Amino acid sequence: MTVLGNLALWLALLVGVWGALAGFVGGRQARPDLAHSARRAVFAMCGALLVAVFALEWALFQHDFNVEYVAAYTSRNLPIFYTWSALYAGQKGSLLFWATVLSVFGSLALVLTPRRHAELLPTVAGVVALVASFFISVMLFGHANPFQRLPYTPLDGSGLNPQLQNPGMVFHPPMLYLGYISITIPFAFAIAALLAKRLDADWLVAIRKWTLLSWLFLSIGICLGMWWAYVELGWGGYWAWDPVENASLLPWLTMTAFLHSVMVQEKRGMLRKWNLALIIGSWLLSIFGTFITRSGVISSVHSFTQSSVGYFFLAFLVVAAAASFTLYAIRLPLLTAETQLESMVSREASFLFNNLLLIGIAFSVLWGTLFPILSELVQGTKVTVGPPFFNQVNVPLGLALLALTGIGPLIAWRRASLPNLQRQFAVPATAGGFTLLVLLVGGMRDLYALLAIALGGFVAATIVQEFARGARARHRQYGEAYPLALARLLGRNRRRYGGYIVHTGIVILFVAFAGMAFKTETEATLRPGESASLRSPYGHTYTFTHLGISQYDALNRQITAATVEVRRNGKPIGFLTPEKRQHVDGLGRPTFQPSTEPAIMSMLREDLYGVLGGTVDGTEQAVFRFTINPLVWWVWYGGMVVALGGLIVMWPGGSPAARRAQAGYTVRLVGEKP
Amino acid sequence: MTRRYDATLQVDRRDFLMLGAGAFLSVVASWRRRTQQPDSLPGTGPSGRLWDPARAGRPLPPVTAADNDAAIQAIEKQLHCTCGCNLDVYTCRTTDFTCTVSPAMHQRVLALAQQGQSGRQILDQFVREHGIAILMAPPKRGFNLAGYFTPSLLIVAAGVALTLVLRRWVRAAAPAAGPTPVGAAGATPEEFARLRRELERLPS
Repeated sequence: MTVLGNLALWLALLVGVWGALAGFVGGRQARPDLAHSARRAVFAMCGALLVAVFALEWALFQHDFNVEYVAAYTSRNLPIFYTWSALYAGQKGSLLFWATVLSVFGSLALVLTPRRHAELLPTVAGVVALVASFFISVMLFGHANPFQRLPYTPLDGSGLNPQLQNPGMVFHPPMLYLGYISITIPFAFAIAALLAKRLDADWLVAIRKWTLLSWLFLSIGICLGMWWAYVELGWGGYWAWDPVENASLLPWLTMTAFLHSVMVQEKRGMLRKWNLALIIGSWLLSIFGTFITRSGVISSVHSFTQSSVGYFFLAFLVVAAAASFTLYAIRLPLLTAETQLESMVSREASFLFNNLLLIGIAFSVLWGTLFPILSELVQGTKVTVGPPFFNQVNVPLGLALLALTGIGPLIAWRRASLPNLQRQFAVPATAGGFTLLVLLVGGMRDLYALLAIALGGFVAATIVQEFARGARARHRQYGEAYPLALARLLGRNRRRYGGYIVHTGIVILFVAFAGMAFKTETEATLRPGESASLRSPYGHTYTFTHLGISQYDALNRQITAATVEVRRNGKPIGFLTPEKRQHVDGLGRPTFQPSTEPAIMSMLREDLYGVLGGTVDGTEQAVFRFTINPLVWWVWYGGMVVALGGLIVMWPGGSPAARRAQAGYTVRLVGEKP
Repeated sequence: MTRRYDATLQVDRRDFLMLGAGAFLSVVASWRRRTQQPDSLPGTGPSGRLWDPARAGRPLPPVTAADNDAAIQAIEKQLHCTCGCNLDVYTCRTTDFTCTVSPAMHQRVLALAQQGQSGRQILDQFVREHGIAILMAPPKRGFNLAGYFTPSLLIVAAGVALTLVLRRWVRAAAPAAGPTPVGAAGATPEEFARLRRELERLPS
């Protein structure tokens, strides 16, 4: 099967290179034969890469430990669930996964894009084939071939890192990859539009779903990554500003900026240069994220093993950036705005400031991530840039962005009058002020938490007001009952009201983040029967009583589990069973150092998080860390609401009027001729 | 015991009994191991000892009051563990219990605190011993100031520039747009005013 896999990779490379050549030349010279050939080359490359994936999965499931990748990431007793996910657990397999998914997305884009964009498709095929060929080249020429064989066959493999043996890690990396990879499609359309000089709003229509899809996958991937870090790593948090985490956030921020600014182009014909730059920038940032993860240039717990692959990505990043922005610069004269800004107090202007903040935060995260390298270059001293730095720089920016999330929808397109502003802001501003007052009276004094929750109140009131007004308008106009009016409001204008649901998720996330300011924790050594207490920010006292330790075998691991009874104000509410896990291979040999498996009791208001550190002198006397994490459940809930809103926005259909409004420049003032 | 030409074994009585006894003892021994393996119920292990302590990782010392001292934790949250985990010392020592670096750094912090050193002095001592990279965030001096303030300054500068550009756009748009073509639709100014009021009542 590895022979088949190798052959498939070589075939994919050959047709990929041909597809790139045929696509660019066919698009440039408008030659239908080459255009067709490029299209078929992408399909063929997709087929060949799927065969390569099948060959690797076959080797994984057959425990062919003569294949270096299989021996490095699996063992005979690894559960099937994780044997499948070993495909992308390592550097080499993930490169194959990336190239394959890109070719699948490329094929789908070529099949699903309406005929009116046919002129762009040869170049789209060319870009997809070129990028996928690069990834295949890295595998074949960068010592990253997943089908490489060992000179001997080990009895068993090394097994998968215990921290990757978690359902979150089965779904989190592919989701992030899907997000990163799918950005290539909008990028390919942008390059095609630049080359073809078709720079009206039409190409934006072709990429709308793809940009939303990328953003949705990235959002879900980031949230799943946070969940995995929380339930698996045992440090009691979900975001550590690690370089690889930051790398996933960067394209998400720029894509979010694009999803807002593209509305301005669609409705008002403005920001054409800016939108193109955002798409190109987002794609480059996705490649940058790949470079960070794979180069080892910045130390990160998430990085793959350091290898020469990083140089390939750096070279590709530099060449791609230079080529894209040169083309962009050449086409700048064609990118003039069709209409102009009429007022500083308009939704267009607020979207611009929203973009400024999103890009500002992206720059700040990038700056912090790269600052250790910069410091070494300038001062000759490497510094550590950890959470204190990022929180100090980014929290105020994040709060300003949250404020704009509420302000934007309250301001009318084109120009807003003073009475209109007064009427729009009255309820949300009062709600925000009232929330702040309640928190201050309740004794909350943490500035950032106060601001986050008060601004959350303001934004939530904005969203409720928008839904209420829309439903009332339908009720008055069509006589619909309010629940029906609300449902139809959402159904007929999914983009706008789905967007408000995304905003609701963002508000929930910010409030949940604020909860971590009130995290409390304690360490304790307890003999069976002994207890430790911890006071929650809500005033309850939790008592943790150590009942004892059990040891047993399960699947591919030996478990040491402590049972801890939890009482709230003296009343029993359940048990925590934190574990230490010693993973073993099929022959019963330990494969990794014992890992920590936290126990979590999740409640609406707070999570109780227990970690078994270890035992004292081999007895049942155990070392624990107990943490109370307020509002963590709401992080996951907020993430789900964001994803739900994204799905609603993406869902095909909607009223014809709404579609027309999204496609053209329909915002007109009273008395203005169409 | 001898093997015959037809591959069957010729066993005398003594060998047979010895073989039987050996088999019985091995079954009993393996049965005893199996019954011991899942340990007792929680809290009732033999003498409170674990069946296999090695499975629970390396033994840990009992937690002391100093380990939970908020001042000590605050210092450790500013120190970078050098084991490669990218975490601060406090988080690493209470998370990755296989790490031997963060417990050693914790002991060093405790020792310096017991010598009467303040938090600032302890951090300075670590910087002298390990270099500036031992801090979770660079100190706000020299080139590091650029690290802290460049993003904010650039955003403010970009905000000012954006405001100026927007004002220029608005000024440029005003004469180009010209006066609103009132009456073009055959309505009176009063009717337009009423229409505008009605439209403003609708969600934007």
